[in-house]
Amino acid sequence: MWKWLHPYAKTEATYQLCGRLYPWFLFFAVALLIGGTFWGLVFAPADYQQGDSFRIIYIHVPTAMLSMSTYAAMAILGFIGLVWQIRTCYMGVAAIAPVGAIMTFIALFTGAAWGKPMWGTWWVWDARLTSELILLFLYLGIIALYGAFDDKIQGGKAASVMSIVGVVNLPIIHYSVKWWNTLHQGATITKFEQPSIAASMLWPLLINILGFALLVAAFTCKRLQNEILTREMRRPWVQSMLLKEETGNAV
Amino acid sequence: MQVFWAMFKRDWVLAFRQNAEFLQPVLFCLLVVTMFPLGIGPSPQTLQKVGPGIIWVAALLASLLALEKLFKQDFLDGSLEQLILTPYPLPLLALAKITVHWVVSALPLLLLSPILALFLNLTWDMYWALLFTLLLGTPLMSLIGAIAVALTAGLNKGGTLLGLLLLPVYIPLLIFATATVESASLNLPYLAQLAIIAAMLLLALALAPFAVAHAIKVSQN
Repeated sequence: MWKWLHPYAKTEATYQLCGRLYPWFLFFAVALLIGGTFWGLVFAPADYQQGDSFRIIYIHVPTAMLSMSTYAAMAILGFIGLVWQIRTCYMGVAAIAPVGAIMTFIALFTGAAWGKPMWGTWWVWDARLTSELILLFLYLGIIALYGAFDDKIQGGKAASVMSIVGVVNLPIIHYSVKWWNTLHQGATITKFEQPSIAASMLWPLLINILGFALLVAAFTCKRLQNEILTREMRRPWVQSMLLKEETGNAV
Repeated sequence: MQVFWAMFKRDWVLAFRQNAEFLQPVLFCLLVVTMFPLGIGPSPQTLQKVGPGIIWVAALLASLLALEKLFKQDFLDGSLEQLILTPYPLPLLALAKITVHWVVSALPLLLLSPILALFLNLTWDMYWALLFTLLLGTPLMSLIGAIAVALTAGLNKGGTLLGLLLLPVYIPLLIFATATVESASLNLPYLAQLAIIAAMLLLALALAPFAVAHAIKVSQN
């Protein structure tokens, strides 16, 4: 495993890997998202209680789940970077943060849009909503912290430390519906128990979760590539690669 | 331990030599609390209802203000760099600095809290609950805050960034602290909420000095 991972401490190898993975991720993400969303919005039966407005679940739940797992990924990357002093990981943290922030924002926005017809209000200070909002602030804080440093390696380290500190918020979000019995409904899908959602509704949801996960992966790959390019602009391998591309285009 | 006390004494003396500054955050807190009755109306019932929240938010803002100076001076005159070079464990030194900071900036706030409670018409029970939450909560704020302060020590524009970084992390503390006082106001037991704050404090006490030490090294590059 270590032997297999080790080359990616070099930015060049990571750049190539991201370039190879990106089209696949993007293709499957788009395919799954189109399929899952179409299935969910058109073919899945209406909910007995919430009618058609439950269908926003197909956007809301995947983005909400990913907002958290993206944060976890960022913190793990930051941790690896700090422990083994790997530059690529800091770049990864910087690359993931805005993608996660967007996911969190979509989750909050669709949640508000779902809350209006169901609860009669756009926003309540419910435990899960509040902790998700904190997550958005954490993302924004980390992006701002990274942006504040002129020295990007130092900024990456600082952002990594801060993202690890913020991890305490993840269990709070996850268990908020259990700990505080508030307006937000409990978990619909769980790994170990029978899901409390009909299979005809569940399948498109699972497809969309996978689709959004691949979309996040694709965006992260692209952003990581950009990050590597802007930071290593003066390195020989970047210059020779760009030169090759240029001559290739000319021919 | 000797190192801890030496560091403690150094920072302590420094804090009192620059005595004009260290009362500023407390006065700021007092002023913020004074603004609220003027802003939302002086009705005693309203003030009692929102009082604990106001005091806590004011305390959070004041702690941000105070924290900003925690490593700044040492960073600028290079003594922070010297601390890294000493053979003594950096987490211990960081803990000493944080302790002094807490004694200097948060203890006055605790001493001031009866006046704040009086201003906002808190009952006796609520005041005790508030005092306990402040007693457990302010060191927690200093510990967590020190991480972000150490990270931003090298930046010129640290001030607003610090708020952006820290206030989200403080929110769980704020929620539990105000829940404690809320329970006290209804004559319910509030030991459970206090225990959670105490647990957070112990966790921070165990981990934060190491994070701060690492953050100092990051800011020194």
